[in-house]
Amino acid sequence: MSAPVTPSFPHRHLLGIEGLTRPEIEGLLDRADAAVDISRQVEKKRNVLRGRTQINLFFEPSTRTQSSFELAGKRLGADVMNMSVASSSVKKGETLIDTAATLNAMRPDIIVVRHHAAGAVHLLARKVDCAVVNAGDGAHEHPTQALLDALTIRRNKGGIEGLQVAICGDVLHSRVARSNIILLQALGARVRVIGPSTLLPTGIERFGVEVFTNMREGLAGCDIVMMLRLQRERMNGSFVPSVKEYFRYFGLDGDKLRLAKPDALVMHPGPMNRGVEIASDIADGTQSLIREQVEMGVAVRMAVLEALATHLPNA
Amino acid sequence: MSLRPLLLSNARLIDPAIGREGPGAVLVREGRIADIAWGSVPAAPDGAEIIDCAGHILAPGLIDMRAFVGEPGAEHRETLASASAAAAAGGVTTLVCMPDTNPVIDGPAIVDFVLRRARDTASVNVLPAAAITKGLAGAEMTEFGLLREAGAVAFTDGLKAVTNAQVMRRALTYARDFGVLLMQHAEEPDLVGDGVMNEGEMASRLGLHGIPREAETVMLERDIRLVRLTGGRYHAAMISCADSVEIVRRAKADGLPVTCGVSVNNLVLNEGDIGHYRTFCRLSPPLRHETDRLAVVAALAEGLIDVVVSDHNPQDVETKRLPFAEAADGALGIETLLGAALRLVHTGDIALPQLLRALTTRPAEILGREAGRLAVGAPADLIVIDPDVPYLLDKRHLKSRSKNSPFDEARLQGAAVLTLVGGKVVHQGHDLSEAA
Repeated sequence: MSAPVTPSFPHRHLLGIEGLTRPEIEGLLDRADAAVDISRQVEKKRNVLRGRTQINLFFEPSTRTQSSFELAGKRLGADVMNMSVASSSVKKGETLIDTAATLNAMRPDIIVVRHHAAGAVHLLARKVDCAVVNAGDGAHEHPTQALLDALTIRRNKGGIEGLQVAICGDVLHSRVARSNIILLQALGARVRVIGPSTLLPTGIERFGVEVFTNMREGLAGCDIVMMLRLQRERMNGSFVPSVKEYFRYFGLDGDKLRLAKPDALVMHPGPMNRGVEIASDIADGTQSLIREQVEMGVAVRMAVLEALATHLPNA
Repeated sequence: MSLRPLLLSNARLIDPAIGREGPGAVLVREGRIADIAWGSVPAAPDGAEIIDCAGHILAPGLIDMRAFVGEPGAEHRETLASASAAAAAGGVTTLVCMPDTNPVIDGPAIVDFVLRRARDTASVNVLPAAAITKGLAGAEMTEFGLLREAGAVAFTDGLKAVTNAQVMRRALTYARDFGVLLMQHAEEPDLVGDGVMNEGEMASRLGLHGIPREAETVMLERDIRLVRLTGGRYHAAMISCADSVEIVRRAKADGLPVTCGVSVNNLVLNEGDIGHYRTFCRLSPPLRHETDRLAVVAALAEGLIDVVVSDHNPQDVETKRLPFAEAADGALGIETLLGAALRLVHTGDIALPQLLRALTTRPAEILGREAGRLAVGAPADLIVIDPDVPYLLDKRHLKSRSKNSPFDEARLQGAAVLTLVGGKVVHQGHDLSEAA
């Protein structure tokens, strides 16, 4: 990677957006901008992590995030190992801490962790000697997703300060929403959340966001419409009565999108439930940034790995 | 038991039963209080052993109405011997053990087993509580009469609430006939759902599922309506929020046979103590918001809350060394009950005699025991408290088999320096920690 003029990144791990300052976030985005250029070249390899070992430890399946981290690591020259723990080790009685101790003994330099329980990544980070990147912990944080969303917005809108961003859908269970709320506000955006009350966390208004339970009201005047995935088990009766009803009132279609600003852009962290939270023509339409988010994901992860590499022993 | 008389002299006596406090001495004979000398210094009888209390507080021993002991069935967590050692070190002279054992304490033979094991291995009084429903399954009532005859002092389904209203109605009705006490863990499990901490802003920030206060208040309201219907004696084991205080207040004002307790954890900790996912602070009921903590502290000071319990629930390492959402509920408490509760005295929230009333006299009254007071003829279950000794709690010095204390590494002030059960010294010295 060319040497961008960025502030140093003083953290050993990236466990969340919470705790990062605005200059640190902007520094990561600047690094990521440079990484986009690298990824668009024929020769995509760099040596920042040459000789380093990166373990992608996924307790929850996620092809998209895992492959994004894998590519990012490989483009920086790291040896990348993917471990999908799923439920097998847990069934054998091995705890997260046991797994951490085992991996630590293999002397990795960076561990990328996804876990279904909030706080699990913090727990693991306390038990290993290497750098840890949170690739999503329960309903807590997903910092690289928020960074890639911010990068996508910044590149398309020229900046984030003053933008009206609507985060729509299952905010209650969404780590993407939490990280985005913190990050976008840190960069000066005004954030709204929109969803049925059953899918909004208690006390969400204290996060400094505007809360809407009516999609049409919430979308009015928005620059960015960020849709969230609705998990299957929440669709029938437990949180919302049916898919049909959810799409009618909270799914993004052309009619609703027209209430946002004419140049509003649409985002989704994927994978999408087409016809549940977003209409197909909107997902594939001209206002959609969904594909670009994927590209930015690799760049942001390269930026994060590179920033953490500066703190690795003997770096 | 020593047959020599024992004189505890040079003490500051506190009898929370009558609210009296002052210098004095207590004479113990044959395991009972033989004389109390307020103000004067009596001569020791011939051959008496004399213990100089060095001006420290002499009070009735603590009675803990809610302690989970792993015996039988989970001895790796705690045994009657280890729990009672922890109790003695903490100034607890009587503990009520919960029926959540394996097998469940739901038949006279198991009550008998616990009493015999306690007699043989425990250094403090162990009183078994029996299950309200067979197997804690919430469906069929246990034999209240036979269980009481066997020695059960109260009835509770321990960690579980009796959720079926018809079963609870019948249990309260039947309990009234036998005059027995039902202790309910007032928590509606469907409202708890996947919740692991208090519902609110903090849970939302941590990305953890919350438990609304209504999980407690809905069950409490329902139960009190059933008490009104049946007249059975009802004790809400632990209330944790401001609304529950008001529900109990109304019930008592209406003259219903309702009492309630509070866990020491909910008195001195709040949800903020969870910090970065500290599993030792994962409890049931959960640590609440500071406004709720202040409300229960005020209700205790007012005397509305009857008793303070440790909610001693030892967990082994494997159930706590997990992500917060996957860890087990529960923490040690019996050994730190006094030290933690004294925080309220040091902050001026409650006077010591009043606190001791909730830790000794009221539990004794509710359970129908003669302890909990400094009265001639009462059992010599006594403690000497140094209320000021400061220390950092070090879990390595805890007597429990498990080590999951929410007060690990906390600064505490005040401890039992001497514990007597039936006139016999079962704990001497303060070895919870090194001096701070």
